Amino acid sequence: MATEQLSLPLANARRQPGAMITVIAVGALLALCEREIVSHAHNVTLVALVTWAPSLGKALWVNIEISLLAIALGTLAGLTLGPLLLSPLRVVRAVTRCYVQLFRNAPLLVLIYFSTYVFPFEISIGHHILPFPDWFKVTLGLALPASANVAEIFRGAIQSIPHAQWDAARSLAFGRAQVFRLIILPQCVKRMLPPWMNLYASITMGTSLASLVGVHDLLDTAQVASNTVARADFTVLVYFTVLGLFFVYCYPIARITRRLEKRYAFN
Amino acid sequence: MPSTDTLLAARPALQPLVSLRDVHLSFGANPVLNGIDLEVFRGQAVSIIGPSGSGKSTILRCITGLLKPQRGTIEVDGTRVDQLSSERAEIDLRKRVGFVFQQYNLFPHLSVLDNLVIAPTRILGRDKASATRTAYELLKKVRLADKAHAYPGELSGGQQQRVAIARALAMQPDLILFDEVTSALDPETVGEVLTVIRDLVKEGMTCVLVTHEMRFAEEVSDAVYFTEAGVIVEHGPAQHLFRTPTNPRTRAFLTRTLSTTNDQDKNAARAAIPLKLHNFAI
Repeated sequence: MATEQLSLPLANARRQPGAMITVIAVGALLALCEREIVSHAHNVTLVALVTWAPSLGKALWVNIEISLLAIALGTLAGLTLGPLLLSPLRVVRAVTRCYVQLFRNAPLLVLIYFSTYVFPFEISIGHHILPFPDWFKVTLGLALPASANVAEIFRGAIQSIPHAQWDAARSLAFGRAQVFRLIILPQCVKRMLPPWMNLYASITMGTSLASLVGVHDLLDTAQVASNTVARADFTVLVYFTVLGLFFVYCYPIARITRRLEKRYAFN
Repeated sequence: MPSTDTLLAARPALQPLVSLRDVHLSFGANPVLNGIDLEVFRGQAVSIIGPSGSGKSTILRCITGLLKPQRGTIEVDGTRVDQLSSERAEIDLRKRVGFVFQQYNLFPHLSVLDNLVIAPTRILGRDKASATRTAYELLKKVRLADKAHAYPGELSGGQQQRVAIARALAMQPDLILFDEVTSALDPETVGEVLTVIRDLVKEGMTCVLVTHEMRFAEEVSDAVYFTEAGVIVEHGPAQHLFRTPTNPRTRAFLTRTLSTTNDQDKNAARAAIPLKLHNFAI
């Protein structure tokens, strides 16, 4: 009880900066709206934003889809590759390490261009021809570095568990597989979550690069809107909106990461 | 055939529970054990003392099969530990041999209670309710019943070590190996752990202790082995080895260690607890 009471005001204090940024952002937007409404001439800008809102919303959904799919594919691949980094076979370790280092050290934009121009437009399996759309190529382009990073996060987590935990579990008659499943992995999951969430947030931000290879994502749609409306004040407003929308998606991820980090800091 | 029956029944009492014969082990080019012979009978408490790096902990690790000797035989209750070939056989051995580590090595992601319950339920297949009951009894025994739902990170070193002992006991082993269990503890908490071990020895639990607590070793042990540079220099009943050691190297070691324990001016904090606990022996 005592610790709860102590930690509550602390948590509030930590929430302050985030809340303040939100308040300032909302306040700025409201002020902008008020100015627009007062000077009737600018009402056109607001109307334009309302008109474009559904398209922007749909475009944001594209970013969300790409980020979710990329992190899901990346995590699956990474959790498959991670154990290979710890393989007793030197060849397996070396090949996996090459993959991991290559994709961890490449800029996201380069990988997105890479996957866009290296992968074919369509894949033919027997008589069927499957289209290979741009948005999926971008997803793969983001999933590649995600998988490399997840593999590395996994390896780091496993190796951060002291060997004494193995000794302790094996002296209690656990088999190797049981030590891994019951003792090592549960400790790893907790250690992996915060870096994994960071990766998720950075992949999400990376989805905006999709606009450069012709995917109609949020940023691309904002550009189209700005060009179509062709008003300086609308351009400012629409990019503020893009900024706000990304913030709304990414900030909670960062918040949850922080909370998880605190919760699992039991060591 | 009553005669064979009595013979068979009488044999286990005569045979040691643990016996090491001419055990050699080296890490790469470094020899650690150079022909260790050691016997522990059921119900005995046996202490292994000696300077750091003399191979004491290695002996314990060999007994539970965590390390494999290059030469010699190790037998625990009829099982040839040096010849364990499968994981199954290792597991069967370790169900019977408890191990308590210097650094406690509790599972930090599990509560104290779960640390005690996980092995009996997952390894021995006991049901959760009875394993939990046993766990509470053991926690009461090590005077930590109120910490059942705490996590290891919230406990002091001495408390963690008592949980580690309870965790080993939860498997109801035939034998417990204690590897310098008080070496990582504050002088004030050493006593609470030694009290728990003393109780176990009194109850007749077979114990092998690697320890630097000479007074304690003298008090609780039936037999004491003095090791140096991977060999047993001298062994015998505790009284005999501590009071009238025959080997000059044993004498030198005991003079060195016991004098630091007695020198209150030099090392008051370290000496305080052993003196208080064993003042009858001084």
